[in-house]
Amino acid sequence: MTITDIPTKLAKKRSTVRASDPKNPNLTAEQLEEFGAEMDALRQRVIADLGEEDAAYIRMIVKRQQQFEIAGRALFYLPPAWPLAVAALSVSKILENMEIGHNVMHGQYDWMGDPKLNSRIYDWDTMAPGENWKYGHNYIHHTYTNILGKDRDIGYGILRMDEDQKWNPYYLGNPLYAFLLMVFFEEGVALHDLEVDRIRSGERTWEETKQVGKPIVKKVGKQVFKDYLLFPALTGPFFVSTLIGNAVANLVRNVWTFNIIFCGHFPAGVATFTEEECENESRGHWYYRQLLGSANITGGKLFHIMSGNLSHQIEHHLFPDVPARRYPELSVEVRALCEKYGIEYNTGGLTHQLWTVAKKIVRLSFPNAKRKTDPAPATGLDDAVAA
Amino acid sequence: MTLTSKVLGSRAVAALTSPHGVDRYLEMFHPMWAAIEVRARVVDIHRENPDAHGSAPVATLTLQPTSTWRGHRAGQYVQVGVEMPGSARRMTRCFSISSAASLPGERITLTIRANDEGTGGGHSVSTFLVNEAKVGQMLHLSQAEGDFTLPFTPTTGGPDPVLMISGGSGITPGMAQLRTLLRDAPRMGSSGGRTNRKVTFVHFARSPEDQIFADELAAIAAADNNIDVHLRYGDQTFSEFELRRLVPDFRNTDTWACGPSGLIELVRAAYGEVATPEGSGATDCPNPRLRVEFFKPPALTTGAAGGEVSFTRSGATGENTGATLLDQAEALGLNPESGCRMGICFSCVKTKTDGTVRNVLTGEESSLPDEEIRICVSAPVGDCSVDL
Repeated sequence: MTITDIPTKLAKKRSTVRASDPKNPNLTAEQLEEFGAEMDALRQRVIADLGEEDAAYIRMIVKRQQQFEIAGRALFYLPPAWPLAVAALSVSKILENMEIGHNVMHGQYDWMGDPKLNSRIYDWDTMAPGENWKYGHNYIHHTYTNILGKDRDIGYGILRMDEDQKWNPYYLGNPLYAFLLMVFFEEGVALHDLEVDRIRSGERTWEETKQVGKPIVKKVGKQVFKDYLLFPALTGPFFVSTLIGNAVANLVRNVWTFNIIFCGHFPAGVATFTEEECENESRGHWYYRQLLGSANITGGKLFHIMSGNLSHQIEHHLFPDVPARRYPELSVEVRALCEKYGIEYNTGGLTHQLWTVAKKIVRLSFPNAKRKTDPAPATGLDDAVAA
Repeated sequence: MTLTSKVLGSRAVAALTSPHGVDRYLEMFHPMWAAIEVRARVVDIHRENPDAHGSAPVATLTLQPTSTWRGHRAGQYVQVGVEMPGSARRMTRCFSISSAASLPGERITLTIRANDEGTGGGHSVSTFLVNEAKVGQMLHLSQAEGDFTLPFTPTTGGPDPVLMISGGSGITPGMAQLRTLLRDAPRMGSSGGRTNRKVTFVHFARSPEDQIFADELAAIAAADNNIDVHLRYGDQTFSEFELRRLVPDFRNTDTWACGPSGLIELVRAAYGEVATPEGSGATDCPNPRLRVEFFKPPALTTGAAGGEVSFTRSGATGENTGATLLDQAEALGLNPESGCRMGICFSCVKTKTDGTVRNVLTGEESSLPDEEIRICVSAPVGDCSVDL
């Protein structure tokens, strides 16, 4: 399947990039190229330096996650320790999805040659089958990041997250849909690859959908069997309390991952792009788009680990296959480059970023206000940038 | 298999331990605990040629595999994975097992020559194992693989004679076979076993100092065991004339030949197997009596060069030299994942997006788009694109 056949009705003409930064840089094509070369050099330096420390780090994380997993599963045999069991299991599940699953499946550790940490082999502890997810995420989302009509992660086909998504009364429910997506995030991510919205619009046939659906049914069955039948059954008389505990741990992970991920691309000031702007784009422009299309969350070391270093969403989007533990050190240099070229670097605390996301979800549930009251004024961008 | 290992290997336990699998939990408690994968601990390292200063060092490593090891037949090889110091990258290479046939869980030995070829001057697995590995080192193993094995035991089958030809490190599978024949043969008094069939063992080494297993071979040669040992050094290279003198009817004798590709090409020619013009290793008239195993696919010399090879993911392109895609990628400065470099371990599988490749082992050509190929044994014919 290719994604080049985008229906014309989605390919709206738009000549500006919406970046809220007032000092939106009018980079020339030459400057963009230079900027791209500096990014490439940065990346090359880290890749060349990968070695034992990175291997030891990911193995340590896997070991810790397994210890939390064992502790969590075992504590369900001790009913008074139920909250502890849920807490340990939640930590295990968050670590597994964020710092291990997401990053391993990006191929960040393929260089180690360890089949257990290989992107072609690893399939994470969630309902979304790795194969489907890798296509939709690693390929589509990371290649066409924030290109309206191409990046299906803008609103996930359910939400209105950009002014240029046409409003209709369905979107009055935007906050409700967002809340439901948070609670059922795991299920949502699994079903995302079905692209149900594109079946409705006739862009996708039932036959294609069935092909994508089969592995989803299988994986969902596997996850349900494990968390809601096998593990509860193993605790015998505590079947129900274990089942509820597992459900709560999955819910905790859903809420956590939803919030981290929504802070990655939806805070105020994050730019979206049109397909025209990105046609035949240079490597420099790709980097530039990743930068303006992502936002970071500030926090301590533990916070970064628990977010799988997706708190460094900008660095992740610039260097998706570089081990995530390198993002904090990379962020220092990326920021310096941003200052050099006058490109906005969107970062803020978790509550601040979440607050702007929440405001956007509510605001976009209503039709667009007049442009002059738009809090993110459109800024002209030199034509050279899009070249 | 015990009940414990049956339970640990079950699908229910796999579900409980997903996504990591049961072995990741077992190894947390003890490195030698495993339910599915095979690991081994190095329990002894013995230098085989301490006096050979001119050539690469050879060492025999004794390995204690995990209980998951299913045993091996003499002549088989095993894939050995090592996390290389510094790069932390796991590299995998194949080594013939030099000890007699083993039962499940039994110790095995590997006799390895330190060899830095094909690593671009870097560290190789064999160099690490011979020079740097210490007793206690853990290795990743595959199960035993390969069909370079004797189809009979010393006490079964007819009296048909056996011929073994080897060169250099190619002695190891033959050694495993000799040791198995002697160990399992009926005992004649105190002098050890005597095989029920005539065995002729011909080996080519660089020099007497470089001869590994020298003492053991001398003892085998001296004993009354129905085994003839012929060791040849230096200029005494393989010739059909010499072989006919040793085994007049060699073409109708069950033969196992293992060694560098040059030797194997000569042996094949002697057995009437004519190599194809490209030297691709494919044979026009295979001799069913001859089984061969060699270290490297014979190099491609002509035929396939021309056109352009592009590695699309890295953006590297170059003129098609006719070498394998792995070699060409490395020549362009890329460092793709690879393992055995002879088409057996599937570590280097990549997607060929466009163009035609020829399998250098079989000579078979394929032009299917988006085809998964082993780049170590695939050479491009004309223009070719690989997702690498």
